Amino acid sequence: MTLRLAAILISGALVLAGCAGAPNDNMRNTGSDNTGVYQQDSPEFFVHQVGDRVHFAVDQSTLSAEAMSILDAQAAWLGQNGEFSALIEGHADEQGTREYNLALGARRAAAAKDYLVSKGVAGGRLRTISYGKERPIEICSTEDCWSRNRRAVTVVSAGSS
Amino acid sequence: MRPLALFQTLAIAAFATGLPGILPAQSTGPLRIEITEGVIEPMPFAVPAFVAEDSGARALVEDITAVVVADLVGSGIFREIPRNAHISGISNFDSPVQFSDWKAVNAQALITGAVSLKANGQIAVKFRLFDVFAQAPLGEGLQFAGQRDDWRRMAHKVADAVYSRLTGESGYFDSRVVFVSETGPKDARRKRLAIMDYDGANVRNLTDDNAIVLAPRFSPDGQSVLYTSYETGMPRVFQLDLATMRRHAFDEQPGMTFAPRYSPDGRTVLMSLSEDGNTDIYSADLAGGSRVRLTSAPSIETAPSYAPDGRQIVFESDRGGSQQLYIMPAGGGEARRISFGAGRYGTPVWSPRGDLIAFTKIYNGRFHIGVMRIDGSEERLLTASFLDEAPTWSPNGRVLMFFRETRGVNGAPSLYSVDITGRNLKRVPTPGYASDPSWSGLLR
Repeated sequence: MTLRLAAILISGALVLAGCAGAPNDNMRNTGSDNTGVYQQDSPEFFVHQVGDRVHFAVDQSTLSAEAMSILDAQAAWLGQNGEFSALIEGHADEQGTREYNLALGARRAAAAKDYLVSKGVAGGRLRTISYGKERPIEICSTEDCWSRNRRAVTVVSAGSS
Repeated sequence: MRPLALFQTLAIAAFATGLPGILPAQSTGPLRIEITEGVIEPMPFAVPAFVAEDSGARALVEDITAVVVADLVGSGIFREIPRNAHISGISNFDSPVQFSDWKAVNAQALITGAVSLKANGQIAVKFRLFDVFAQAPLGEGLQFAGQRDDWRRMAHKVADAVYSRLTGESGYFDSRVVFVSETGPKDARRKRLAIMDYDGANVRNLTDDNAIVLAPRFSPDGQSVLYTSYETGMPRVFQLDLATMRRHAFDEQPGMTFAPRYSPDGRTVLMSLSEDGNTDIYSADLAGGSRVRLTSAPSIETAPSYAPDGRQIVFESDRGGSQQLYIMPAGGGEARRISFGAGRYGTPVWSPRGDLIAFTKIYNGRFHIGVMRIDGSEERLLTASFLDEAPTWSPNGRVLMFFRETRGVNGAPSLYSVDITGRNLKRVPTPGYASDPSWSGLLR
């Protein structure tokens, strides 16, 4: 349990490190993933082609139209790749207190999960966790960074979640 | 924290030496500094170096004296008459005090002390407090004995006794703080639990930094700590026994548990549980583990804190549309909202005196530490910055410690303290970044 989870987090961190500050189109031309082509049934495809995250307004957990379209794509991919399960991480920006942000992140992760379930993904394949404000991906203290930290990230892995 | 032998508190034989002059009439009353409304003019005191009563104590007297001075000056309500202004010193603890020498340097209070090293390796620290203008002792002399390594605690005990006699309130210096020690960049912060004396001395790590740990809370007896850890992968409340350093997950239920807090009798734990995105407050019996759900709303209910009598709970909720403070009976039931100002309110903590709630307020993009009465009246904001959060009360309810995080890509947290009057804001020294302080009660 602990080992497997650590592996998920590390791969997540690598992906995030590769993404930091660079649009996906640019990133595909650099680094080890320079082919720009991913196996359709790979977590990398899910991250870069499907889109692994949705964003939220300040202190909100309602899904925007853009978020719903990303989750539609996630649901379709999960439908085609039944051997994958997912851990949905809810996050908040730094502009809140610690406990409240944990609860808010839980709400955001649940909003994404509920939407995926409504699109036919079996609830048993989806787990949620909240990191509150503990794991920002952007570190500046402006709305530009905060808006990217208010997120629910779907981390897929082969096997049961 | 190893268990300590209790300090012996011995009254020294009645003040035997003759007092020069005649005691003035008691018309002015005993020396007393009134701190209720905040102190604008600190009371001047003098502490000549404590007397080393044997060669073994010589190495300790300056350090002990310095801690006594630092405690009193650090409280913001006392001012030291520096030693280079003193006319005379104290070479023998039992010699008569030359009050005129201390009156001449405008010391209102005089503290004399002595340290001795006993054959069994223990040290004894004794002190007397004098009202210089009345030319009279304030209370009896006291002696504290303990292990040599605990010399700081004995100095804090002396300062607590002085503070208590001069303010009429209990002190807060012989106390500890558990907190989260942080290292690394903002987007890969590593956290571990640590413990230290209230003044930042004797820092010791309590956990490694392999998993995120959050918001430790002292038990009322200071022997254990509740905190939230991600070590199983999910946020989960743990209890750590400080004597054995054994820890265990407090609650094995599915879902996330966090925001724990002990009841005043130490038998019950409050915590938040998130399931399916909804967060509510539960209480759990520490002995039996039985769990009672105290709130059941689709909104966020978290950050609970008991009243000192254990009969009510203050918590935060966004049931009204934004994060606000509420009070409910300890068994759950109807809650009344107490925060009504503009902005959001979180992290409420009931004062040990029972009369105030400390909180974090977020308003117009700024964070404040504040206090209000338990009916929500007389709100006062004590601090303001980019991010001030998570107040914890000193044992006597006079001081709040909290963390302040700076903004931007190099933003990082440090611990601060402030009097509930809003005065005496200062940083609490820690070796690295620090957040989420929890202040113990007075040690015994």
